[in-house]
Amino acid sequence: MKIQSVKDVEQIGQQYSRKLYTPDAVKVNIGMASCGIAAGAQAAFDAALEKYPGNNGVKISRTGCIGFCEMEPLVEILQSGGPRIVYKKITAKKIEDVIEGYRNSDFDLKLILGQMRDPRNLLENDIDNPLGALAPIDGIPILEDIPFYGNQVKIAMRNCGYIDPDCIEEYFARKGYVAFLNALQDMKPAEILDLVKASGLRGRGGGGFPTGIKWETCARHDGDRYVICNADEGDPGAYMDRSILEGDPHTVLEGMLIAAVAIGSRQGFIYVRNEYPLAVKRLISAIKQARSYGLLGENIAGSDFSFDIKISTGAGAFVCGESTALMASLEGNVGRPRAKYVHTVAKGFRNNPSNLNNVETYANVPVILLKGANWYAQMGTQHSKGTKVFSLVGKIKNTGLVEVSMGISLREIVNKIGGGVPKKKKFKAVQTGGPSGGCIPERFLDLPVDFQKLTEVGSIMGSGGMIVMDQDTCMVDVARYFVDFLKEESCGQCNPCREGLKQMLEILTRICKGEGKTGDIKLLEELGVMMQRFSLCGLGTSAPNPVLTTILYFRDEYDKHIREKKCPAGVCKPLFHYEIDEENCTGCQVCFKKCPQEAISGEKKKLHTIDQEKCIKCGICYDACKFNAIVVR
Amino acid sequence: MSVAQPSAQVNTDDIDYMELDGIIEADFGNDKENLIMILQAIQKKYNYLPKPALAYLSTKISVPMSKIYGVATFYSTFSLEPRGRNIISICRGTACHVRGAEKVLEQIQESLCICDGETTEDMRFTLESVRCIGCCSLGPVVKINEDMHGRIATDKIDKILKHYQ
Repeated sequence: MKIQSVKDVEQIGQQYSRKLYTPDAVKVNIGMASCGIAAGAQAAFDAALEKYPGNNGVKISRTGCIGFCEMEPLVEILQSGGPRIVYKKITAKKIEDVIEGYRNSDFDLKLILGQMRDPRNLLENDIDNPLGALAPIDGIPILEDIPFYGNQVKIAMRNCGYIDPDCIEEYFARKGYVAFLNALQDMKPAEILDLVKASGLRGRGGGGFPTGIKWETCARHDGDRYVICNADEGDPGAYMDRSILEGDPHTVLEGMLIAAVAIGSRQGFIYVRNEYPLAVKRLISAIKQARSYGLLGENIAGSDFSFDIKISTGAGAFVCGESTALMASLEGNVGRPRAKYVHTVAKGFRNNPSNLNNVETYANVPVILLKGANWYAQMGTQHSKGTKVFSLVGKIKNTGLVEVSMGISLREIVNKIGGGVPKKKKFKAVQTGGPSGGCIPERFLDLPVDFQKLTEVGSIMGSGGMIVMDQDTCMVDVARYFVDFLKEESCGQCNPCREGLKQMLEILTRICKGEGKTGDIKLLEELGVMMQRFSLCGLGTSAPNPVLTTILYFRDEYDKHIREKKCPAGVCKPLFHYEIDEENCTGCQVCFKKCPQEAISGEKKKLHTIDQEKCIKCGICYDACKFNAIVVR
Repeated sequence: MSVAQPSAQVNTDDIDYMELDGIIEADFGNDKENLIMILQAIQKKYNYLPKPALAYLSTKISVPMSKIYGVATFYSTFSLEPRGRNIISICRGTACHVRGAEKVLEQIQESLCICDGETTEDMRFTLESVRCIGCCSLGPVVKINEDMHGRIATDKIDKILKHYQ
């Protein structure tokens, strides 16, 4: 069937709405994004399918990621007239028990994350809450009230974890493609451009350029215009784009379709990382389905508008996240950026006007069209509207993806949603913006998160990675790590970036080895400023940020490394050793048994000692000791 | 456990040119713009990029060998040397780094007596560090062939490696 109008979509959607919200059989949704699978969801899925192969009252399905990665594999169970319960850490061994438990209304609280009170997304206000009439079950926490979910507003991730990503009909059921059909049939391109401009949406990939203005500029240039999606999510520590592609690929296709209508484009490209095989697979299947409904291809919905999307896979080059490098790579060349005297909206891919946005940006567009620019612009701060997805990772209790309103404070994200630093360790910094960003110390935790504010403290929003660091993270080592990363990824074309990074790395490596000299910090700062001013592309100009911010906020750590030859965090091996604290050691022998070098000796219930000659500082004893008796000196 | 890959050096006679045509022509339409994806498909087949296959590709899509070499060496996915039957990709993204990926790397290097980027003499393993696999919540993460291993502890590595022959 070819879709002709919104009515067609709604009709199919209604049929599938029952499957989504009020299934007759017990429905088991298993979160099957990459991280869920890595945590054991595939095994759980296979085990469930073997036990419940078909019509015995239980239906096993897969969804994307609902965001709370720490609790993976997540499994949700529901049935018409029954509660919707999300279970946590459900492995193959436990899955049958939880399904049978649900069927017998026997709920094991230890395995339950919470009961959902409203599964609708924010576009579905016109349908009644399918769980509205149901009284919550006493004793089971309400999912929407637990701190991790309580402060979230899901726009870009509105369907992730709720629908089967391989099923376009379920996307229809949640108001999918309605925005696009409205745009195609009822709006003029200029109206779409005005609406996106008025919403204040800014690029979610890092630069934060206003999306509407980018589209408008592209539309003004003549030629075969291209709509390109940057899914080359290279920032280490950020994976929201992967999650959206794996959990709700159609929202990205719909966003691109709307952009194509607004700009006047016939061909789209998605440049996706080779490291995300599952995202590629789901995209291929989504494009195939959209074509079968006539939502991609020639004469879409009976109009004279034609548009198709091709997937291109990257091959492991961080610099290809930069717009000009990405387009060079799309053309089959090495991904070297060029100077942007002429912007890609004028001359980009194949020397034609090309509009490039990232995954999360496109995912926002359908909602903006349906809910209106004013609604969107109400959220956020003066210059940063709407929501942003952050990946909260590193030394944090609740790792996962969180979508929050712009302007929320870092403290709220880290302490409230993230649950703070685990194992009673002390918070040290939060790193935002990937290798181009900076490390923000505790004193700025009340900073409201938006594009401007993060730039003011020397970091950037970037693509939304937030890596929390605690007392065991050495800031000099972190700076060295990023410089090492960037040195490997620099395309080597311009001198300041290529040589600057090499010199910086040499100095930082020396400092981490205990061979730092007075004057090193000054030299690092000089190199940093030089690179910021003279590098060719964004990679080079932002490359010194991790070094400069760590010098600015954690200078004492640099001084300790250089003057005292000590690494207080216990990371730089030549600059510390482990000792056993006499007061805390209980003589439990755990470290003694775990040491691979047999460097620890001591009898049961007596103080242990470490033979410094034998110790290789692998840290196994430090991690294993429950009494904080292994200390860094 | 996912399947081990071929690990031998491929010579001119070993190449099935009909099959290569299938990749270059049928799948990618002889299109220069698809060079990167063609190379990925070739590498998937042979587990590395054999020189005779690249020479054939060069004439087939009229792209000079120098440019193919440039692309193959620019992008980190590609290998011009035969790789081991099992590929260990250790994630060195920031989240994994602060959770101890370096220690995991050192442990693997010590266990297998190879450095990052090298292959064991028996061609059993190739060790490659990669930039962020995107499973940051499960760090440190190691991917062996297609299998993800999350929250790796240094003392568990030898046990995991045993599964791959």
